[in-house]
Amino acid sequence: MTLSKRRLLIAAIAVGLTSTCNALAQKKYDTGATDTEIKIGNIMPYSGPASAYGVIGKTEAAYFNKINAEGGINGRKIKFISYDDSYSPPKAVEQARKLVESDEVLLIFNPLGTPSNTAIQKYMNAKKVPQLFVATGATKWDEPKQFPWTMGWQPSYQGEARIYAKYLLKTKPDAKIAVLYQNDDFGKDYLKGLKDGLGAKSSMIIAEEGYETSEPSIDGHIVKLKASGADVFISITTPKFAAQAIKKLAEMNWTPLHILTNVSASVGGVIKPAGFENSQGILSAAYAKDGADPQWNNDPGMKKFFDFLAKYYPDANKLDGSVVYGYGAAQTMVKVLQMCGDDLTRANVMKQAASLKDFTPDTLLPGISINTSPTDFAPIKQLQMMRFKGEKWELFGDIISSE
Amino acid sequence: MSAVQEVVTEAPVIEAVPKRAMTLGAGTSLVMLALLILVPFFVKNFIIFQLTMLLVYGLAVLALNILTGGSGQFSLGQSAFYAVGAYTSAILIENAGMNYALTLPVAGFICFLFGFLFGLPALRLSGVYLALATFALATAMPQILKLGYLEAWTGGVQGLVVTKPDPPDIVQGVLAWFHLKMSQDMWFYYFTLAITVAIYVLSLNLLRSRSGRAFMAIRDNEIAASAMGVDVALYKTLAFGVSAAITGIAGGLGAIAVQFVAPDGYTITLAISLFLGMVVGGVGWLPGSIVGSAFIIFVPNIAEGISKGLSGAVFGVILFIVIFLVPHGARQVAMVAQHLLGRLKKR
Repeated sequence: MTLSKRRLLIAAIAVGLTSTCNALAQKKYDTGATDTEIKIGNIMPYSGPASAYGVIGKTEAAYFNKINAEGGINGRKIKFISYDDSYSPPKAVEQARKLVESDEVLLIFNPLGTPSNTAIQKYMNAKKVPQLFVATGATKWDEPKQFPWTMGWQPSYQGEARIYAKYLLKTKPDAKIAVLYQNDDFGKDYLKGLKDGLGAKSSMIIAEEGYETSEPSIDGHIVKLKASGADVFISITTPKFAAQAIKKLAEMNWTPLHILTNVSASVGGVIKPAGFENSQGILSAAYAKDGADPQWNNDPGMKKFFDFLAKYYPDANKLDGSVVYGYGAAQTMVKVLQMCGDDLTRANVMKQAASLKDFTPDTLLPGISINTSPTDFAPIKQLQMMRFKGEKWELFGDIISSE
Repeated sequence: MSAVQEVVTEAPVIEAVPKRAMTLGAGTSLVMLALLILVPFFVKNFIIFQLTMLLVYGLAVLALNILTGGSGQFSLGQSAFYAVGAYTSAILIENAGMNYALTLPVAGFICFLFGFLFGLPALRLSGVYLALATFALATAMPQILKLGYLEAWTGGVQGLVVTKPDPPDIVQGVLAWFHLKMSQDMWFYYFTLAITVAIYVLSLNLLRSRSGRAFMAIRDNEIAASAMGVDVALYKTLAFGVSAAITGIAGGLGAIAVQFVAPDGYTITLAISLFLGMVVGGVGWLPGSIVGSAFIIFVPNIAEGISKGLSGAVFGVILFIVIFLVPHGARQVAMVAQHLLGRLKKR
């Protein structure tokens, strides 16, 4: 009897031990997460020169409200704390420190702007707080070795530019290219990608003109580019200037092959103001669906998106590409937190973010999916070329990887 | 109408501030200093960082105060000097491997030269025209920093990341006896505080000196000043140089505190903020600089707390109310307080 009693005791202890072990494995928290709440920080330019992008932050807040209304993530509500940095790097540092040290968030999600993110990157990595899915297309966010706590989201500018280079080398190898670019980190990054993509044939670029966002009009630059005799015009511009360029080209009767960056491919924001008749045949590349494009009206993903807007963010302009962007990014964030389960440590957040497999937010183009790994911190890498025809973009060719 | 008549009939833009009214009493100054020394022991690192920025912007506002309040010249171009100082420090630390403390005098010196040289053409301009010329400087600076030729040093549009200094081993060693450890933030705060206090004292002495009197004579009446034998051209450019030097040192400190420099950090918005800080703190009242600096750091945060979408409008309303109620800024508040205190003492 004693033997069996002892056995019983051992068994009981064993069971007890494993159950406590399980409990420990089940619930693990870092600062910013509890049984009832997950605190997520965010930095956006709600004021200042880039305030148009503030819509992204508002969309994300609305999406997290939706998640909370539906019961949260594994029973935990999201508390989304979003601050304004007016697109100023010193202010971004102040706000990031406030989020991490004063509000004690679990992570900072989708902070916007290359300068602002560069300013906080070192700090975030030193503090070992995830700087997750940053809202910039710079190439430098995909460096898991050096910055294991920083991860991008959208396709890199350089990657997109390489796709255009590939396309030109294939379809128009004798092209004479004129480039108009915005003289900042965004423009320079594209230009570098384009030159890298053309490789030995980068002499195909016969003219390049940079403009400053403070310039009221870019007409002078376009006149110069036309004078160079180029037959391909690549417009590395932000929406306002992209529309100006399209109009000016039509005014001058210059009809080169026009390639427009994805940043300015919005039908509502650029093409419509510039005039549909002026925009026929423009080429671009996309990874997300356009809210203004009627071809997606019956798409199940976009239906979910429109329902969300109607219920949680009725003031939103669905033609604005930033709304589509914010929705997709927020959905990816929620997916990562769901994958984390009850292990809401910062390390696990990064681990889960780096193990996304074929995840498709509602707003990505069919065939494009998010994939990450411990050595690949660039979630979206694919794009598809498209041509403007009538009143909408027509996708053509295969889904191309920018790598 | 001759030029002389024009100058004479022009109403003085800046109200004359008597020398004595430019400072605080010794007692008040010491209390302020004690507060600034003690506060970091009781707050989080993040607040210490904010306080460091408070001192940095305070220095920059002080520099503008010497220029405008002291010598009566306007400048909307302080952000340019701030940027030059910040980049000088950042480049010397990151590319030349220089000690951060040594980069500050270099930044100050380069900015002094820059300001002095800019002051030469500015001599021909006064009032709003000078403000416009400096405005041009501020709008040009971010583009100059992006120039391809300078990219090897400035990092172009991507900016430069700066390493934050650790407290020196001696300090850590002494603190270790008391089982304490100093954070990077706290060390840099005290480092900034020491420099700020030194520059504040030097600035007070400058304004009390012969040069200071010359500045103020020029501010009050240029013609009378030159009749008294003041070399107007020299002192006007000198005021620009000194102001630029202090702004440059502030820029250097700011770059180390933020650990990053980029053209986007030094736009015209910064110059206008500094100008605003000076007005809110009280033009010509040096202690007001720190109040003005607090205004430009904390009020936007408060405005954002009230309304995210309308933060700019809320900020505008707050600013309007402040300017309307106390047009002379913190100086006016301090004067009233002093007056009330004096009455209390009499009873």
